[in-house]
Amino acid sequence: MAEFWSGFLLPLIIIVLKILAIVVPLLVGVAYMTYAERKIMGAMQLRQGPSIVGPFGLLQPFADGLKLFSKEHILPAGSNRVLFYMAPMLTFFLALVAWAVIPFDTGMVLADINVGILYLFAISSLGVYGIVVAGWASNSRYAFLGALRSAAQMVSYEVSMGLVIISVLLCVGSLNLTKIVEAQQTIWFAIPLLPMFVIFFISALAETNRSPFDLPEGESELVAGFMVEYSSMPFALFFLGEYANMILMSGMTSILFLGGWLPPLPFAPFTWIPGPIWFALKIALCLFVYVWVRATMPRYRYDQLMRLGWKVFLPFSLVWVVLTAGVLVTFGWLPK
Amino acid sequence: MTIATSAHPTAEQSGGKTQIKPYTMNFGPQHPAAHGVLRLVMELNGEVVERCDPHIGLLHRGTEKLIEYKTYLQAVPYFDRLDYVSPMCMEHAYVLGIEKLLRIQAPLRAQYIRVLFSEITRILNHILSITTGALDVGAITPALWGFEEREILMEFYERVSGARLHANYFRPGGVAWDLPAGLTDDIWEFTERFPKFVEDIDNLLTDNRIFKQRTVDIGVVSKEQAFDWGFTGPMLRGSGVAWDLRKSQPYEVYDRMDFDVPVGLTGDCWARYLVRMEEMRQSNRIIRQCLKELPDGPVRVEDRKVAPPPRGEMKRSMEALIHHFKLFTEGFHVPEGETYTAIEAPKGEFAVYLVSDGTNKPYRCKIRAPGFAHLQGLDFMSKGHMLADAVANIASMDIVFGEIDR
Repeated sequence: MAEFWSGFLLPLIIIVLKILAIVVPLLVGVAYMTYAERKIMGAMQLRQGPSIVGPFGLLQPFADGLKLFSKEHILPAGSNRVLFYMAPMLTFFLALVAWAVIPFDTGMVLADINVGILYLFAISSLGVYGIVVAGWASNSRYAFLGALRSAAQMVSYEVSMGLVIISVLLCVGSLNLTKIVEAQQTIWFAIPLLPMFVIFFISALAETNRSPFDLPEGESELVAGFMVEYSSMPFALFFLGEYANMILMSGMTSILFLGGWLPPLPFAPFTWIPGPIWFALKIALCLFVYVWVRATMPRYRYDQLMRLGWKVFLPFSLVWVVLTAGVLVTFGWLPK
Repeated sequence: MTIATSAHPTAEQSGGKTQIKPYTMNFGPQHPAAHGVLRLVMELNGEVVERCDPHIGLLHRGTEKLIEYKTYLQAVPYFDRLDYVSPMCMEHAYVLGIEKLLRIQAPLRAQYIRVLFSEITRILNHILSITTGALDVGAITPALWGFEEREILMEFYERVSGARLHANYFRPGGVAWDLPAGLTDDIWEFTERFPKFVEDIDNLLTDNRIFKQRTVDIGVVSKEQAFDWGFTGPMLRGSGVAWDLRKSQPYEVYDRMDFDVPVGLTGDCWARYLVRMEEMRQSNRIIRQCLKELPDGPVRVEDRKVAPPPRGEMKRSMEALIHHFKLFTEGFHVPEGETYTAIEAPKGEFAVYLVSDGTNKPYRCKIRAPGFAHLQGLDFMSKGHMLADAVANIASMDIVFGEIDR
């Protein structure tokens, strides 16, 4: 019995607690991301944003959540019931499961696996299935077009993203996310690899279907794109998944380019602040830019988006990979 | 699963050859980019629009027929409800038509006030057109900034007429009443701030690469096409034709105004956007001139057969009382005749064809709405473009269903 307790049950409980310690703050973060987005956009658009529910409208996300919970969910006639409900679950599940490998501080990670970055990449690539399945199963023309768009979009931006990651990996010499952060002790990769950083950030916008690449939803063309038929909780799951993905992508950006949990300067006043807070601040900074871009930019057209992905980003990042490798080899800077 | 696939493009096997049917999509009438109740039946090849068939009539209220059963004065409010984005310009065409039939002319002050408010209306309309156009290509912020300015302009509407939108302010022979005290100062103050607003929108959109990619070379209308399809207003000027009724056949006091007619060169959505932006600046100029030159005097003709007598006079004079009673029960009689009276509305040439048989009601009132002609062009403008461009085209046409469906 004691063996069962110490060998199986206790680790299980610890893992579950660890997962909860990640997922609960994440979901609260998602809730307040929506609030922050509305407040920031409000400020940019000469209006207030939510201000009624709770002090400064701080309880608005919960009111919204409650509203979505209590709504009727509608299954469109002729839709594929299983797939229709599976799609939002898949999106939400993938958005959460990716957080397993994200390190919040030295050693503060659920699964410190050696192929962390590949795992992240794989999970974020799978995200397209949720959308494609949703578009197909809805049996709606708008949703179908949205799904087609998103399939094309996510695939094309993953290619350049992969190349960006390769150039980072060349500088680190490891696929482990903790190692990637630790390699940035001297300088954040955002500085030597600035163009890659920009490409990665823009690709992340496309990957998360955010403006100016929000074509799969395309409010003014496709109404709500792949989620046009969703209501109530399935809709909420898409929504949560989308925002969790945004936070994930911001996390990835800060791990790969902004030194993860490392303070900006390695001396006194900065080192007082614990790593996870630095990490959160960096994520918040990225998210702010996400919102800022949304308030400023018009939407790309489908073919323009593809052109940008394949004809601009792909060749450019390819050249940069070669360049990075060349420089590293020439000067003997390759990590041991 | 058979039903589930029904929405998706179908391939038919016929004689060994697979024939792919176009993807038919019903765009609207409940669609965020349909600008009201536009319903389009689109045939798509992937995302490329092959055919785009507008179905109109969902907002048909029978305005023209209703007007035949109303006295001339009672018909004025119907005009506010045609193009509800530029109400006073609609009224303007109608009252000018009646005045032409009655062979009267509004006093100078009334003419200035009408021009002043026509231009305020033009700004009101173009703000909505440009900012919702930007919204249709995905830029959200201009719309919210624009509505802030529109709110100020609508307050001017409210102060002068009591209503923010459906003003019912113009009357045959002048305007309903004089401007309230202090309004001219506030409008003047607005015109001083307004160029800053246009500049802000300019900064956000005009040189934005994505906005340019979305509008340049989209929905190109050549000069010939514009003439063939009866385009007017910014749709025509965007194609390089300097045609503006305010210049070519000035009505009211437009001949005293100093303003330029902007002309686009390329005839695409981008050119039409630029034309509208410049028109807002020119309208601002006209408003300032109107305010500077605004003369004193009556705001309605003294003819008691058309305009009611002042309240005070009614208390003393039997004749005035009779005039008042007759005007608001029977209305005035308009001599037999017909007129086609056109004005340069913000969307193009808006005209009223009035036929009078000498009674107190119009025999026929045909309304020429610019949007109606423009909407016909949607098919040729969108053909071969992508779905998103069709949306940009609709936005650049600046259609409002109140006037198209009437």
